[in-house]
Amino acid sequence: MAIELRQVSKREGADQHIYETSLALQPQGFNILLGTTLAGKTTLMRLMAGLELPSSGEVWFDGRNATGVAVQKRNVSMVYQQFINYPNMTVFENIASPLRVAGASRRDIRSQVERVAELLQLGPMLKRKPSELSGGQQQRTALARALVKDSELVLLDEPLANLDYKLREELREELPKLFRDKGVTVVYATTEPSEALLLGGHTATLDAGRVTQFGVTGEVYRQPRDLVSAQVFSEPPMNLATASVTAGQVMLKGGVGWAGPQWLEDQRNVTVAVRPHHLLPTPAGGLQVAIEGSVLVAEISGSESVIHLDIDGRTWVSQSHGIHPYATGSTVQVYIQTEHCLYFDADGRSLMPNDRGAN
Amino acid sequence: MGRYKWLVPTIYIVFLMLPIYWLLNMSFKTTNEILGTFSLWPREFTLENYRTIFTDPTWYNGYFNSLAYVLVNMVISVLVALPAAYAFSRYRFLGDKHLFFWLLTNRMAPPAVFALPFFQLYSAIGLFDTHFAVALAHCLFNIPLAVWILEGFMSGVPKELDETAYIDGYSFGRFFVKIFIPTITAGIGVAAFFCFMFSWVELLLAKTLTSVAAKPIAATMTRTASTAGYELGLLAAAGSLTIIPGAIVIYFVRNYIARGFALGRV
Repeated sequence: MAIELRQVSKREGADQHIYETSLALQPQGFNILLGTTLAGKTTLMRLMAGLELPSSGEVWFDGRNATGVAVQKRNVSMVYQQFINYPNMTVFENIASPLRVAGASRRDIRSQVERVAELLQLGPMLKRKPSELSGGQQQRTALARALVKDSELVLLDEPLANLDYKLREELREELPKLFRDKGVTVVYATTEPSEALLLGGHTATLDAGRVTQFGVTGEVYRQPRDLVSAQVFSEPPMNLATASVTAGQVMLKGGVGWAGPQWLEDQRNVTVAVRPHHLLPTPAGGLQVAIEGSVLVAEISGSESVIHLDIDGRTWVSQSHGIHPYATGSTVQVYIQTEHCLYFDADGRSLMPNDRGAN
Repeated sequence: MGRYKWLVPTIYIVFLMLPIYWLLNMSFKTTNEILGTFSLWPREFTLENYRTIFTDPTWYNGYFNSLAYVLVNMVISVLVALPAAYAFSRYRFLGDKHLFFWLLTNRMAPPAVFALPFFQLYSAIGLFDTHFAVALAHCLFNIPLAVWILEGFMSGVPKELDETAYIDGYSFGRFFVKIFIPTITAGIGVAAFFCFMFSWVELLLAKTLTSVAAKPIAATMTRTASTAGYELGLLAAAGSLTIIPGAIVIYFVRNYIARGFALGRV
């Protein structure tokens, strides 16, 4: 189904949850809403589901204005971050409930529920109550209910956020597969950039009630339209520095410089953004430049090192594979992978021409 | 110290149980024994008192009347409170908090204040001395209580449950009956229990609004003296029997009673 938000906004009292937003989702695709908590992801979904009415603007389904259509008539499914199941019903009845309401035949219900339960490994649980299941199984039940319904729009609001790490990885792999064959439009909200990248599809970056960019996930990641979108898509946050460009040479305030990309025109006041994993404690293969900083904190988690540095009065973060122990306060050299730097003008707009992408 | 830690709870429990024991003790004695001798257990064990209650219509009708208006009140209170509590727990509207608090203040007025207006009103419209009169009068303090208890239980149910049901295609009515009410059965049980309890022990309105046809057991019991003098054994037996319905009801909601006293809030 083609879903389109036309100049939609949502205000409640003094709180502006969504500023005027237009967004045409990718039909039959995986659409990711990426943003921090309170960025407006849930509100956008609720507007699509019809659980809330927009303060202004319209919601269009397949070329028809669906703004005033009741939730029950929209033919959507939704899975919440909390595990929401009907506590008084068994898993079977939970999954069957949308079919029962729709008036499907007994035999139809049985075969459909069993098929979906099989798919989500809930077969042996069908007779239990949701409260007797683990968190992962509860969320699978909710997913099964969304899956069994023949809806054209599936809204998944951080469905994996409350699951433990292993289950999350497992389900994250299954999710796109489950919905791909059904030809439904999926909207998936997440706070994690890595999750968006793993899921693929299209991504809309959200910040403070605004959709800052929408496009193919990889492109949004590689070619952020502005600094805000770039930051939404970076965890830990991007490292930023002010630089000037003269004769194609990028020069940081502290005196470190390198040859910028060809399309970069001479100007003062450029914001250079370096992703944490493009700032490495050891030299790598490509074009790079060394920069000195003093270590603020060095965290080592498993096989990954995260080093917080003070460089010219700004805090930068380096994220790298391998174990790199550093004493707090020591001066170290880190290497900026200059090919991967992003450049923004003073207003935060990307300076990169549209047809190019760094990675 | 450690060896005597059973002492204090034991003293406390004995202290609490003593009046109940004494009531039972008396109910199995003859009035002569009660008045004549001091004995810790019935010397002449008799079931005569209970027999009188179960055979004499003036006694057993008292129980029927009490149970009748208590049950009617329970049903009305819970049925009225369910939609009200749902509205308070799910919707924001102008003055909702004030209205909600005002409901509770209804409980704070002594029922005696309302005895006269109820008496006059019910006499005028022909409700006087009916079960319905007492049941309706008790709604005055039971509905607010039920609304508060149910609101607490309902607020513990995430509103996403409602939304999931709507998304699945449930209409509001079907969701409310098929999903929401079964989800808060514990709350309904507790609310019903509290309505039962308060209606069962309330005496003033029940006495004022009835005379013969709907006379509650407690009113019958105030008839202490008869031609045979003070029938203490009979009174004790009647008192013992009034404990039973409450004990039965409390058994069903024993796991949720604490939440009920916290008005459903966790």
